[in-house]
Amino acid sequence: MTNLIIAEHDNSELKAATLHTVTAAQAAGGDITIAVIGEGVSAVAEQAAKVAGVSKVVTVDGAEYGHQLAENVAPVIVALAEGYKNVWAPATTAAKNTMPRVAALMDVQQISEITAVVSADTFERPIYAGNAIATVQSAESTNIITVRTTSFEPAAAEGGSAAVESVAGTGDAGISSFVSAAVTESERPELTSARVVVSGGRGMQSGDNFAMLEKVADKLGAAVGASRAAVDAGYVPNDYQVGQTGKVVAPELYIAVGISGAIQHLAGMKDSKVIVAINKDEEAPIFQVADYGLVADLFEAVPALEAELD
Amino acid sequence: MKVLVPVKRVVDYNVKVRVKADESGVETANVKMSMNPFDEISVEEAIRLKEAGKATEVVVVSIGTAQSQDTLRNALAMGADRAILVEADGEVEPLAVAKILKGVIAEEEPGLVLLGKQAIDDDSNQTAQMLGALTGWPQATFVSKIELGDGSMEATREVDGGLETIKVNMPAVVSVDLRLNEPRYASLPNIMKAKKKPLDTKAAADYGVDVTPRLKTLKVSEPPARAAGIIVGSVSELVEKLKNEAKVI
Ligand SMILES: Cc1cc2nc3c(=O)[nH]c(=O)nc-3n(C[C@H](O)[C@H](O)[C@H](O)COP(=O)(O)OP(=O)(O)OC[C@H]3O[C@@H](n4cnc5c(N)ncnc54)[C@H](O)[C@@H]3O)c2cc1C
Ligand SMILES: Nc1ncnc2c1ncn2[C@@H]1O[C@H](COP(=O)(O)O)[C@@H](O)[C@H]1O
Repeated sequence: MTNLIIAEHDNSELKAATLHTVTAAQAAGGDITIAVIGEGVSAVAEQAAKVAGVSKVVTVDGAEYGHQLAENVAPVIVALAEGYKNVWAPATTAAKNTMPRVAALMDVQQISEITAVVSADTFERPIYAGNAIATVQSAESTNIITVRTTSFEPAAAEGGSAAVESVAGTGDAGISSFVSAAVTESERPELTSARVVVSGGRGMQSGDNFAMLEKVADKLGAAVGASRAAVDAGYVPNDYQVGQTGKVVAPELYIAVGISGAIQHLAGMKDSKVIVAINKDEEAPIFQVADYGLVADLFEAVPALEAELD
Repeated sequence: MKVLVPVKRVVDYNVKVRVKADESGVETANVKMSMNPFDEISVEEAIRLKEAGKATEVVVVSIGTAQSQDTLRNALAMGADRAILVEADGEVEPLAVAKILKGVIAEEEPGLVLLGKQAIDDDSNQTAQMLGALTGWPQATFVSKIELGDGSMEATREVDGGLETIKVNMPAVVSVDLRLNEPRYASLPNIMKAKKKPLDTKAAADYGVDVTPRLKTLKVSEPPARAAGIIVGSVSELVEKLKNEAKVI
């Protein structure tokens, strides 16, 4: 028993983030078990069992796990981790919330958001907003690792036939409860897995003006993202934020519109394959990372771009 | 209710750090240092709770070298009442920080601990959650809103899908996100007053915590650089390049 992966899911669907994590675990070597903890997760377990390279799936099902409350989920992971060398999870907000709690319960120093597996006990992780890459070696008896999903290809969702085993949980800690969720609805692809991302910054001037970007996004099958400044100003919801302290994206094409290119923003998008920047200030730092820069007023350039894509 | 606010001294967020030539770390000599920006937000929130009559005292604590006093004085100038410096040299990992904070909690008995979601130097995003585990208290992480109730608190959290509201028992551990508030600047008179506010100095050993790192940093290197790009003259040239050169649309 080498690798235990904590699945990312919404109780009905296994998220792609888990597939990227499988690839990271494979790089470290050894067998792979996926743990699915949630409420009514049998469909998720079936999907996890089909993932190529997975030898076992364990499920822990209960109402107290339906909203991934860390106080309830962490003790379950501690119990499941017994006997495993590495416990992995994608660096999503759910796992960022839970895994350090698991690590401290096990008296382990977690390794956050790795971008490469050097060997079974040595990993690379970005620090200082990605301005430096630390190579760290662990001597812990169990490693608790979160994975930057954009740094690893997804494992094949089909091809495996792992056995599914159901395990009892540890109950409700009774100190926290779910109240409500305000989920951002969108027909567009998910930001972290989209092939193309179109992001707007403070230069957009208002939330209404994001409609211009959405039109471009829809022609490209793209997700829409934003800088912190655009989120702080209330133009778009918080889950649009790309950057050091928001989401990390690495699409084939990233189009930054009215974004200056602060280091905190670059931290979240500079691994994109092709970067386009549209900014009226030719001195804007975003041009230093752009493959194609266009010095122009976005209120002219964006509608022109949309027209040109017909 | 007493509120405890852990604050970390970090390289200022405006500095583009440079990796040392021998790859042993990043250059911190003669670099501007500041309070971790998320911690300014938690100090602000604690002060607002006090101003609203919901907190009685705001105690700030930092684990680090003697220079972390500057960071603590800054928090005192913003309006915190008292400071504790736990002296430790070198890098102290989140697990050790959380263990020391547990010791501080045993002495201070706060009803609420407000931490930053992430230190912008190590980018760990671990300490609050670890402190929750070690104290057995509930945690509300990445919060953009908190509302204190009777023996409990409702917190709105920034999550991948949008926002989520949870209810946790008190005492609780909270980690704050960017949208919780806008921190104030310390006024000159308050900076002067802060010099007279109490600042206690302790050592990690006072809390029986071994701060030797568990993870060994083998090297710290530059990230791969991007190849230089070009400036295009028009939207049609851009689209042409994306289609025929980059082949991404
Ligand atoms: C702790 C911390 C964490 C942070 N985390 C993040 C993060 O995760 N993500 C993030 O993005 N930021 C983050 N930031 C903020 C970051 O430092 C910058 O403040 C932010 O990225 C700036 O956003 P912006 O580029 O949209 O705005 P600005 O810097 O104001 O830039 C706006 C740009 O729009 C251009 N512009 C204006 N009008 C037009 C027009 N009509 N046509 C064309 N161009 C125009 C301007 O030339 C300018 O370059 C963080 C900061 C801190 C302190
Ligand atoms: N050395 C330290 N001293 C005081 N507080 C700290 C220290 N390190 C981390 N913290 C707190 O923990 C938060 C998260 O840090 P981290 O887990 O390192 O990303 C910070 O925003 C601080 O509130």
